Amino acid sequence: MVSFSVNKRRVNLDVDPSTPLLWALRENLGLTGTKYGCGIAQCGACTVHLNGEAIRSCVAPVSRAAGKEVTTIEGLSSDLSHPLQRAWIAEDVPQCGYCQSGQLMSAALLLREKPQPTDEDIDEAMTGNICRCGTYPRIRKAIHRAAGMMAKGEAR
Amino acid sequence: MSGPQMERREFLKFSLAAGGGLLIGFSLPEADMLATAQAQSATVFMPNAFVRIGTDDRVTVIVNHSEMGQGVYTALPMLLAEELDADWNKVGFESAPVDPKYNHPVFGMQITGGSSSVWSAFEQFRKAGAAARAMLIAAAAQQWNANPATLRTDSGAVLDGTNRKLTYGQLAEAAAKMTPPTEVALKDPKTFKLIGKPVKRLDTSEKVNGKAVFGIDVKMPGMLAAVVARPPIFGATMKSFDDSRARSMPGVRKIVAVPSGVAVIADSFWQAKMARESLHIDWDDSAMHTFSTSQMMQQFREQAKSPGTRVRREGDPDTAFSQAAKKIEAVYEFPYLPHAMMEPLNCAVDLRADSCEIWTGTQFQTVDRANAAKIAGLPPEKVQIHTTYLGGGFGRRANPQSDFVVEAVHVAKAVGAPVKVVWTREDDMQGGWYRPAFLHAIAGGIDSSGNAVSWRSRLVGQSIFAGTMFESLMKGKEYDPASVEGVDDLPYAIPNLAVESHKADVKVPVQWWRSVGHSHTGFATECFIDELATLAQKDPYQFRRALLPKHPRHLAVLDLAAQKAGWGKPLSKGRGRGIAVHFAFESYNAQVAEVSVEDGKIRVHRIVSAVDCGHYVNPGIIAAQLEGGAIFGASAALFQELTFENGRLQQTNFHTFPMMRMNECPEIETHIVESNEKSGGIGEPGVPCTAPAIANAIFAATGKRIRKLPIRMTEAV
Repeated sequence: MVSFSVNKRRVNLDVDPSTPLLWALRENLGLTGTKYGCGIAQCGACTVHLNGEAIRSCVAPVSRAAGKEVTTIEGLSSDLSHPLQRAWIAEDVPQCGYCQSGQLMSAALLLREKPQPTDEDIDEAMTGNICRCGTYPRIRKAIHRAAGMMAKGEAR
Repeated sequence: MSGPQMERREFLKFSLAAGGGLLIGFSLPEADMLATAQAQSATVFMPNAFVRIGTDDRVTVIVNHSEMGQGVYTALPMLLAEELDADWNKVGFESAPVDPKYNHPVFGMQITGGSSSVWSAFEQFRKAGAAARAMLIAAAAQQWNANPATLRTDSGAVLDGTNRKLTYGQLAEAAAKMTPPTEVALKDPKTFKLIGKPVKRLDTSEKVNGKAVFGIDVKMPGMLAAVVARPPIFGATMKSFDDSRARSMPGVRKIVAVPSGVAVIADSFWQAKMARESLHIDWDDSAMHTFSTSQMMQQFREQAKSPGTRVRREGDPDTAFSQAAKKIEAVYEFPYLPHAMMEPLNCAVDLRADSCEIWTGTQFQTVDRANAAKIAGLPPEKVQIHTTYLGGGFGRRANPQSDFVVEAVHVAKAVGAPVKVVWTREDDMQGGWYRPAFLHAIAGGIDSSGNAVSWRSRLVGQSIFAGTMFESLMKGKEYDPASVEGVDDLPYAIPNLAVESHKADVKVPVQWWRSVGHSHTGFATECFIDELATLAQKDPYQFRRALLPKHPRHLAVLDLAAQKAGWGKPLSKGRGRGIAVHFAFESYNAQVAEVSVEDGKIRVHRIVSAVDCGHYVNPGIIAAQLEGGAIFGASAALFQELTFENGRLQQTNFHTFPMMRMNECPEIETHIVESNEKSGGIGEPGVPCTAPAIANAIFAATGKRIRKLPIRMTEAV
């Protein structure tokens, strides 16, 4: 039994503790917004927050989450109100959309640590997230837009 | 299974000849039980297969093309909503079930490919909207006892001269009783409110909160998970397997041989994957165990020394070449490439005695249904495909053998329960159906005034169509049109020209990959024309211009890209600019790349991409496709290849098959030529020019020519 909290909800999972957190979220908890892309921490599609840190859930055993707080894309906001979600919509960022949960979770951490990120900061924070459709230029714009919204106090 | 009814070019000739006024007789497929069953309770008016209007004013557009990022769930509803005069805020979408009424009007089957969604839907969806509008007007006219001709529509409502108003929701029930019109008037494009505007995508919200359902996310009661151990080498067959350890692992339900390998079925994906690692399988891999791509390329080089099948021949290229004042010969090499969609392949199947329900992200519904039906032992009508969002497609999910669907039906048959087969990234990358490796040997010459006088291209590579249901497209030709597209119609005015094709007999499964043949012909032709310009000591942009007198649309994009990129303006030291222009999928694209090379490391700083895709629907989506196309092309140019040694693929995942990342991504600027020409494609045309523009920029920066992809400065000449 592994106990932790997901998006502020307490969960107890009867699952092999070596199971990657990604598959526990997707298959045991039905939270399919977090995606599988590579299984070896190369693409970032599975990015979630563990006690506020961005981690690749495809290589993190679920036991690592024990007693901790996990935030997934479903917990970013309940109503699309997060500045990043609003900026993503305004810039029409997603194409196929598959990698975007991971992109958003990486960007959310960046903005928390650096509310006014430079292009270099964005490079550093986002380079672990692959997008095959090539939405990088729009992700960059959307992060700057979200930072602007937060600076103007438009954040939630 | 019949092939496409008409070749694309024949179709274009046909449709141009057919022309079109505003009043066009037509027949639209009616709604049927299936679609009606999917309808929500509020729905009462479904005038044809493409639109439903509810009493709640909601307009649902049923889209017969798959959404794989290219924006069809927005662009196609825009076409319909335009003629319907719908309130855009009330418009939604739904994926079409598999049914002949949703066939591609030209290809004769339900398919998303060939950058054809918008042009094939351009009139079909407009007419569907116009027909619905006519019935809503008729219903209002009846209620008001008015002449329909005196009524107008705006933003989801019918209005009369006194501004009496009935919304489409209020009219839905009455409209359902009206007779569908046999002909409809389409709007004058000058009055378009939606078409041509950068309307926001309809699918963004659910793609930023994790709610969008991709095939891999499908859940159903009692569903099991499966992975398949497939042969380590193409063509290998299984001799025997030992599952004694795997069978007793947690969650494992069944381990069974299927035609593609050994299926491990468990309660969850992770359990199935862990059990798969405990299998011992004895393969007979004698078919290809000595295969290597370096040897194959050596063979291609040899093949290219002899004349190939004639594709195109003008003038006397051999004599012109031998008499040229200056000449050059170059060999260009291209590797196998996987599509590497972010969402690995997967397919969920619920197979019952008299039905088969399939959930997957596919580009090929009609073919998949036919292939699945054969395995299920059911008539195709008993097989239904629910098309989910596709986490990228790029051609891979349009497989002539429906490999990932057929396999899942086999697994479902073996386990007797609903099951989802999921491919790991390694499975997906090593699973075949790649962009074929190619070699182009090109010889060309110029006269003493620097005019290009001869060009001969010889291509060697595997055919995509051969051995598939699409072989009919080769129609007696000795070559595969998908191998030579983009060089068979070389636009440059060179009087002596030959294009020849050699087939390569290699057993690696190959398939269409975003921009298909153009992905290599664009590079070879645009790099070689650059080499000829250098030979003639002319500016590569002006050299191209002079050779395009009869191609105004090529010229227009070339000029636009050059102008916006500041062609000819000084650059900082160490930087170079390269240019390329190419026609593909009925659209014209030119790109200028700005590049620097430091210590052998290439940095692409900026790409300017200009397109003429005819009459366009959504400039926002077009910009996104050009941005994405350039990044897709740059990834292939800079990083990507698949290589084989001793029959084994050397690349398995993103650490050995890199993608362009945020920190490597150039600034990308896109420009669209205003045009009233027939709509062309946009998903693929933005890919071919990127690699040659980068390679030509590297030459400008370093004086070194790139003749092999991916680019390695150590191999530059």
